Amino acid sequence: MTPFCETFPEGSFLRLACDSAPRLLAGLATTFQLTIFAIGLGLVGGVLLALGRVYGNKPIYWVSTAYVQFIRGTPVLVQLFLIYYGLPAFEIRLDSLTAAIVGLGLNSAAYQAEYFRGAIQAISRGQMLAARAIGMTNLQAICYVILPQALRLVIPPWSNELIYTLKYSSVAFIIGAPELMATGQIIASRNFRYFEVFLIVACIYLVCVLVISKLLDVVEQKLKIPGLEMR
Amino acid sequence: MAVSSEIVLRVEDLHKRYGNEEVLKGVSFTVRQGEALAIIGPSGTGKSTLLRCINRLTEPDRGRIFLEETEITSAHIDINKIRQQIGFVFQDFNLFAHLTALDNVRLGLMKVKGLSKREATERAMHELARVGLAEKAHAYPAQLSGGQQQRVSIARALAMDPKVMLFDEPTSALDPELIGEVLQVMQELAEEGMTMIVVTHEMGFARSVCDEVIFMEKGVIVEQGPPEQVFLNPQQPRTRQFLSKISELYGGVR
Repeated sequence: MTPFCETFPEGSFLRLACDSAPRLLAGLATTFQLTIFAIGLGLVGGVLLALGRVYGNKPIYWVSTAYVQFIRGTPVLVQLFLIYYGLPAFEIRLDSLTAAIVGLGLNSAAYQAEYFRGAIQAISRGQMLAARAIGMTNLQAICYVILPQALRLVIPPWSNELIYTLKYSSVAFIIGAPELMATGQIIASRNFRYFEVFLIVACIYLVCVLVISKLLDVVEQKLKIPGLEMR
Repeated sequence: MAVSSEIVLRVEDLHKRYGNEEVLKGVSFTVRQGEALAIIGPSGTGKSTLLRCINRLTEPDRGRIFLEETEITSAHIDINKIRQQIGFVFQDFNLFAHLTALDNVRLGLMKVKGLSKREATERAMHELARVGLAEKAHAYPAQLSGGQQQRVSIARALAMDPKVMLFDEPTSALDPELIGEVLQVMQELAEEGMTMIVVTHEMGFARSVCDEVIFMEKGVIVEQGPPEQVFLNPQQPRTRQFLSKISELYGGVR
C-alpha cells in the first residue's frame, strides 16, 4: 500500500478506490490495447468488406455479404468462444488477450463494413466517373477520390462503433483476458465490495467514453471539407 | 483556326441498348484535327450516351471507335491510357468534392501521369490561369459558383493534354448568368484549335463557334453539316421543326 492511500480512513470508499487504482489502471491499459487492436483490425476488415460489397464481382460480393450476415446474426460471446475454445480443435491456440482481439476485431469488421458501405454509396456516382474519365484505374479512384470522402462521412457512426468496442471489450473477461472488467471482478471477489468496485469500474468506462466522443468530434471538425457545412 | 484534314476521331456504326430501348441505332461520324463539332437534338435521344461511349464510361454494344490510329473499342486496349487522351466535361461538373481547385487539376497529373508535385503544380496553375481561375486555386468546390466549378473541371481535363475534348451539356446545370463565362472558355479553346465535341442546347454557341453540327434524334443522326447549312437551310423536315421549336422557346438562333 502506498503511504498516500493511508491518508484515507480504513474501509472508506476513497481508500478502496485509491488502493485499487494501480490494478484497475493496469486493467484499463489492457482494455485500451484490446480496443485499439480490435478496432484497427475491424477498420481494415471493414473497409475491405465494404469495398467487396460495393465494387466486388459476384463471388466477392457473396462472400463479404455472407460474412457480414453471419457476424451480425450471432452473439459476440458465441464468436469469442468459437475462437478461444473452438480453434484449438484445429491446432490454433490463442492466448486469451489475442483471442479477444481477434474475436472483437472480426466482429467489429462486420459492423464497420456496413457503415463504410453506407458512406461509399452516399458519394455521388459522378465522383467515380470523373476519376475514371481522367484515366485513373478503379483502385486509384477508390483510394484517391472515393475513400477520402467516405472516411469523412463515416466518422459519426464510426465514433459509436469505437465506443461500443471499448464497452464490449468487457466481455473478454469471460475468457480470462486481464482487462478492466476482469480486474474489477478479481478485486471484488476478494473484498466482496461488489457495488463500490463496479461503480468505480463503471466510472472509468464512462470517463473514457466521454473523452473519446469529444476527441472524435474535434477530428470531425478538423477534417470537414470547407464549404460543405450543410452535410 | 483552320481545321486540318487529319482525322482525330472516327465513330463507326455505334449501337447501344438499355433493356428494350435502343438508345444508339448505328451512329457514324468523324472529327478532324482542330474541329469543333456540336451535337444538338431533343433530350433523351442518345447524345450523352454517345459521348460516354466514346471514352467507354459506357460500353457500346456494337460498332467501332478510333482515336487517331488506335481502335479504342478493341478488347486488348488499356482503356485508362486512352481516357487520358480524351478530356471529358460533365453536365454537373463532378469536381472531387474533398479537394481544392488546384488539387482537382493536379490529382490526375500526379497519380495518372506520374508528374512530380512541383511539375504538376506548375502545369495545374497554368491550366487554372487559362480558365481565369488562378486566384481560386485554393478554394474547395463547394466554395465556388457553378460556372467556376465547370471552368475548374475544364482545366482538370485540359491538364491531361487530351487529343479531343468531350463536353456533355456543360452549361445545362448552370444559372443563366453563369453560362456565358463557361461558353467563353470553350470558345477560346475552339479558337486555339482544340478538337472538341460539344453536346449542347446552346444553339448560339453551336452556330457561332462550331465548324460542324450534327442533329440527332431517337438514336440516329438526322442531319449533319456546317452550321450555316443546318441552321439556315436544314434539309430534313425534322431538323426544321426542332430548330423552329427552339427559336420559339429561346428567341432565336438567327
